[in-house]
Amino acid sequence: MAKRVVVDPITRIEGHLRIELETEGGKITKAWSETTQFRGIEEIVQGRDPRDVWAFVQRICGVCTSVHAIASISAVENAIGSNPPPQAKAIRDLVVTAQEVQDHVIHFYHLHALDWVDVTKALEADPAKTLAFAQAIAKSAGVTSWKGNTVERFAEVKATVKSIVDSGQLSVFTGGYWGHPAYKLPPEANLMAVAHYLDALEFQRSMIRIVTVFGGKNPHPNFLVGGMACSIDPNKSETVNQVQIDQIADWIAEADEFVHKVYLPDALAIVGVYKEYFDIGTSAPNFLAVGMSGATFAGDPNTAKSTSPHAEVKPGVILDGDFTKVHPFDPAKITESVASAWYEGDTPLHPAAGETKVAYTGPKPPYKWLADDDKYTWSKAPRYDGKVMQVGPLARVILAYASGHKRTAELVNVAIGMYGIKPAQLNSTAGRALARCVEAVTSVETLGTIFNTFVEGLKKGDIDVFDSSKWEPASWPAEATGYSFVEVARGNLSHWVKIKNGKVEHYQAVVPTTWLAGGRDKDGNPGPYELSLAGNGQHPLANPDQPIEVLRTIHSFDPCMSCAVHVLDPDGQEIQVVVS
Amino acid sequence: MSYELSGWTEPTLEENLIRAGFDRRDFLKYCGELAAVFAVGGAVIGSATPASAASVPAEVIAEKLGAVKKPLVVWLQLQECTGCMESTLRSGGTTIEDAVLRLLSVEYNELVMPAAGDAANKALDDANAQPHLLVVNGSIPVKDGGIYCTIGGKSAEQVLRESAKNATGILAVGACAVWGSVQASKPNPTGAVGVDAIITDKPVVNVAGCPPIGEVITATVAYVLTHGALPKLDAQGRPLFAYDQRIHDSCQRRAHFDAGQFVRSFDDDGARNGWCLYEVGCKGPSTFAACPIIKWNKGTSWPIQAGHPCLGCTEKNFFDNYTPFYQTLPNVGGFGVESTAEAIGLGVVGIAAAGVALHAGATAVKQAASRRAAEGNEPLQAFGDSERVWLPNPKKVEVAPEAPAAETTDDSEKAE
Repeated sequence: MAKRVVVDPITRIEGHLRIELETEGGKITKAWSETTQFRGIEEIVQGRDPRDVWAFVQRICGVCTSVHAIASISAVENAIGSNPPPQAKAIRDLVVTAQEVQDHVIHFYHLHALDWVDVTKALEADPAKTLAFAQAIAKSAGVTSWKGNTVERFAEVKATVKSIVDSGQLSVFTGGYWGHPAYKLPPEANLMAVAHYLDALEFQRSMIRIVTVFGGKNPHPNFLVGGMACSIDPNKSETVNQVQIDQIADWIAEADEFVHKVYLPDALAIVGVYKEYFDIGTSAPNFLAVGMSGATFAGDPNTAKSTSPHAEVKPGVILDGDFTKVHPFDPAKITESVASAWYEGDTPLHPAAGETKVAYTGPKPPYKWLADDDKYTWSKAPRYDGKVMQVGPLARVILAYASGHKRTAELVNVAIGMYGIKPAQLNSTAGRALARCVEAVTSVETLGTIFNTFVEGLKKGDIDVFDSSKWEPASWPAEATGYSFVEVARGNLSHWVKIKNGKVEHYQAVVPTTWLAGGRDKDGNPGPYELSLAGNGQHPLANPDQPIEVLRTIHSFDPCMSCAVHVLDPDGQEIQVVVS
Repeated sequence: MSYELSGWTEPTLEENLIRAGFDRRDFLKYCGELAAVFAVGGAVIGSATPASAASVPAEVIAEKLGAVKKPLVVWLQLQECTGCMESTLRSGGTTIEDAVLRLLSVEYNELVMPAAGDAANKALDDANAQPHLLVVNGSIPVKDGGIYCTIGGKSAEQVLRESAKNATGILAVGACAVWGSVQASKPNPTGAVGVDAIITDKPVVNVAGCPPIGEVITATVAYVLTHGALPKLDAQGRPLFAYDQRIHDSCQRRAHFDAGQFVRSFDDDGARNGWCLYEVGCKGPSTFAACPIIKWNKGTSWPIQAGHPCLGCTEKNFFDNYTPFYQTLPNVGGFGVESTAEAIGLGVVGIAAAGVALHAGATAVKQAASRRAAEGNEPLQAFGDSERVWLPNPKKVEVAPEAPAAETTDDSEKAE
């Protein structure tokens, strides 16, 4: 007999996600992905100065900080015809790519690792054997062991874990599923992973300074329609100059070392222990991306110019699991369905025309169960040509793989050989974790390339970072529309803006987590999260009180719920709310 | 610091202090200072009538305190973007790992905790049942019965009220938790409000900013543990140690304001020479924050250094009151001289000089209710068509009597 299970809150994600499930015999038979926060930011930006909007929409998410701001300024520039100078674009590319690498490392160690790593088992590890383990996995990943791997460090981390466990106050580890039979790593791997969890905290603090140099702060650095606000004259003391250039070079080298010598071997080793997850968490076999990570387009990705790296990987769509064929991407085929979301309307609409009216039909909180109703979430359900799509690192890696990108293919083939899997099995919980790491490697290598291009420009005297010609609203057309696509850490992001008489008339963002976390569409097709849990009836859930298998799969998508939900009422109509 | 923050290696406070070199006499004195933090005798941190050390023998306090374990923390994330937790992760002062693993027992925080669902809710209920420090990120959407943010099926308001019940102190961290921030800006579709609009019977420290600087967040927590009391606050409930200076007064570009040297367009010659950003919309003259002093991300830079005007993110309703962001603050002439700068302070911010006196007289605790109830405060306008900015008239703000627990001493030598 089916048993109902609720997991709320899903922790170690951005924002608020609730998963409702039905299980039978230790397998998940039905799943509902329920976004439980709504803020209405797109409504709030209506009527505002388009040059201000990046600051509002950047607050859609503090984990994906920077990327919404860049998507917004690109969309506004596309609308008003502003042309940021190449160095301003290079700076944005640096910011997006640095953010992406930092985000992937945080995701692996701080948001995903504790689904695979039993912290308490680290106490059984011998620090000397832990070093040997770290050296062995570095060797099999083809790198030398990281300088931070030492017997002393592992002993120190073990002592920290011991003091926490002995004190009886587990702090954030309270209530964890320690000792669950699903944890399979040897003690040494657990100790090494806990040490790297702590090392990664320092790593992210250090690396993000690349963004701070140009944006002044992080999270939520500053951006500017028409370029960047940070001047870059090598012969001035008050601008970004050789001092910052030298610092950034160091930070990139540090990031490069951490990703190659810590993240890559750890991910390959941990995924290898949990190989069965290449058959778990399979979702829709369709993938969408406008290029590799960091690809940014103001306007149509098929025609707009992008300074972004890897221009050789074009925007594309993979359908029905056929990795041999890349279909051209057509932005006009995107629609958003509200069939399962608490908004009015029956017809799926294109984002440029998206009309949304809040119509809450759920129970008044506190509540126990949402999914008996057709509507159960604040997240809309985007579709491409009516199909359920996956976006994100996996989609980009598959696109790059199918497009013959050499470095991606090399890394993917190493993993495929190591695990003895078929490429199709990348569409899985383990595959998404692996793809994220592959992408961190290609992105951090790209970071150096972008930076070198930027410095070469400086050497040639290219120091302009702002197009002032379209700054004043008087220089804009009375009515203008624009949009942008950016490949950000969690996947494909697009912002859509309509400007009338110098003010925002319509704004919409189609966000990676909306693509992934959305619920059933008008035809009843479940969204990607739902498919990954209940698509084939084989997803395990051994103990509903300790839903660790569910966390592994949901975390593999790197959910960002605040991003997923936004609404616009373009006609300024009163929002109608019905509380049952 | 009065004790070694990273030295919590033994189960109890007394064992840790002995290990850190405290003798019994020091320990008894220290117990008095910490009494409020640990709510001995039902006291609330920094309340006007804290645990009365005089009526309880020091030995009794010592016995109770000696057995105290790591301070318990509940760290909620309500309607927000997680930027404040990200900022906390980036703190180069007291690091997140120090805070979470050595200094505190943070038994509920959704971003970092491994437990989910029922196990997470149980951890929260268990922590809520004991005295704890409550940190809140995010606003509370109160419209339509709380449907716009639910956690574990409960509304954000219910989650907050349950956690506030036994809290010994509450830190509202970030613009959302303080005033509602972006989602509370017009037309505020979800009815988002800050923590002290809901919790009116306990002191709330407002760590303002979108987000606040990571070091400021962790230092506020560390301040409470080090001093045994909430930090001294300004009239808006913000800790003085990070919000007593106007950006404008600590700004590295201030000399250019005084000299009338302004950036007229981004990336112009003035911009490349580090001139003042006032004319391209800088809100530094009306913003209290420590950005120019502490800077961001290990002291790397801060917004004005990186060439962008200050958005005023530590001030109330900045998304409404300080927009358009690139519009110059009103009522200040083109030639910036001292008198004009003072006029900004007087007219827009609310009397910088008097503010200093107010700060000096402010107690560590200012009840949220008394802040709101202070009548006769003059609303001031930042922009002609925007909502009036609520600003206090220092003469009318009631100053609560100095609480004994707020008296702090420098114990730094004892930890050596």
